[in-house]
Amino acid sequence: MASIVAVVTMRRESVGGGAPIFLAETEAQLEETAFLLEKILDASVHDLKNGTFIVVNHHSK
Amino acid sequence: MSVSTFLLNNKYTIGILMGVLFGLLSRLFMLRTDYRQYPTHPHGKIIHLSLGIIAAGLGSVAVPALLKKDYTAITFLTVAAQQFRDVRNMERDTLTKIDGMELVQRGATYIEGIAMVFEGRNYLVIMSSFVTSFAAITLNWYLGIGAGLLSLIVVHLLRSGKSLSHIAAVEQAEVIQDGADLFVGDIYIMNVGLSSNQDIIRERGLGLILKPFNADGKATLSNLGQRQAILYDLSTILGVYRDDGEPALIPMAKLDMKTGRLAVFILPQERDGSKAVETALRVPILESAVRMPTEAKVNEKGS
Repeated sequence: MASIVAVVTMRRESVGGGAPIFLAETEAQLEETAFLLEKILDASVHDLKNGTFIVVNHHSK
Repeated sequence: MSVSTFLLNNKYTIGILMGVLFGLLSRLFMLRTDYRQYPTHPHGKIIHLSLGIIAAGLGSVAVPALLKKDYTAITFLTVAAQQFRDVRNMERDTLTKIDGMELVQRGATYIEGIAMVFEGRNYLVIMSSFVTSFAAITLNWYLGIGAGLLSLIVVHLLRSGKSLSHIAAVEQAEVIQDGADLFVGDIYIMNVGLSSNQDIIRERGLGLILKPFNADGKATLSNLGQRQAILYDLSTILGVYRDDGEPALIPMAKLDMKTGRLAVFILPQERDGSKAVETALRVPILESAVRMPTEAKVNEKGS
C-alpha cells in the first residue's frame, strides 16, 4: 500500500494527522516546496485540487 | 579399409558425434541475442552454449545405452532434468537481481517466461540430438542427418511464441494532461501534482490504446505481468525519458474496466507514434499470462 510521507498545503485547517505538514503562502511556494520534497524523498507529488499537495511513496513494501 | 566399413565399424561414435553436432546446432539456432541483449554477449552466450553441449551429449549417449540394453543408464536423464531446472533457477535469480537496476522493470512474469524458455530449450536440444543419433545408429548416417534437419525444423516451430498482434489492435491515442489529471484518450492514468512534471508529460508523453479482439485477449491484457512486459519492451526499444529519483515520470498501463481496453502511457526518448504502435504489436505474449475463458465449459454452451 502507498503511504503519505508529507503534506504541503496553503490551508492549514484542512489537514491533520500523522505526516509532516509544510505550510506555503503562495501557489509558487507550494509548487516549489512540493518539487523539492519530491526530489529529496523520491516520492511522487499528487494534487488534491484544494490547495494541498501530498507526497506519496508508492513503492513501500 | 573402405569408407563404408569405417562407417559401419564406428557406428556408435559417428552417431554420437552427429547427435552432439545437431544438438549444438539447434542450441545455436535458438540462441539469439536481440534488442533485449539477453543472454548477454559474450559470457552469457558461452554459458548457454556449454550447457547446450552437455544437453546434446546426454541426448545422444542415451541411444547406445538403450541399444546395449543398459536400461538403468537412462536414469542419468533425471540428472539432466535436475541440471536444467537449476539453469532455470539461475536465470530467474540473475534476472530478478538485475531487474532492480532497470529504469523500467521487466516484472516477475516476464522473467519467469525467459527462465522457462532457457529450461525448455535445453530439452529441445536433448530431443534433437536423441533423434539424430537414434536414426544414425539404428538406420544409417545419412538418415541421421535427415532426422537432424527435421528436428531443427521442429525446434524452429517450437521456438517462436505469439505476439500481441494476435490478440489485440493497437492505435495511437492523445495524451491529455488536464490540470493534475493525466489521460490517454478517455482512460484515466494518474494524478501528476507538479506543473514541471505536467509540462514534461505534455511535451514527451506518448499514448497507445490496445483493443482486445475477444474475451481471451481481454483476460490476457489485464494481467499485470503482461502489461509490465509491454512497458518494458516499449521502453527498451524507444528509450525512456526518466531517471532515478523522478517518481512521477513513470510509464504506466491502465485498464478501461468497462470495455477491457488497455491504455499505455510511455515517455520515450524517440517520440515516434507509428514505431510505438509497431513495437507494441510485436510484444511477446507471456505464456504465464495467457488465459482462455472461452475454453471453459460454461462459455461453450452459448456459442
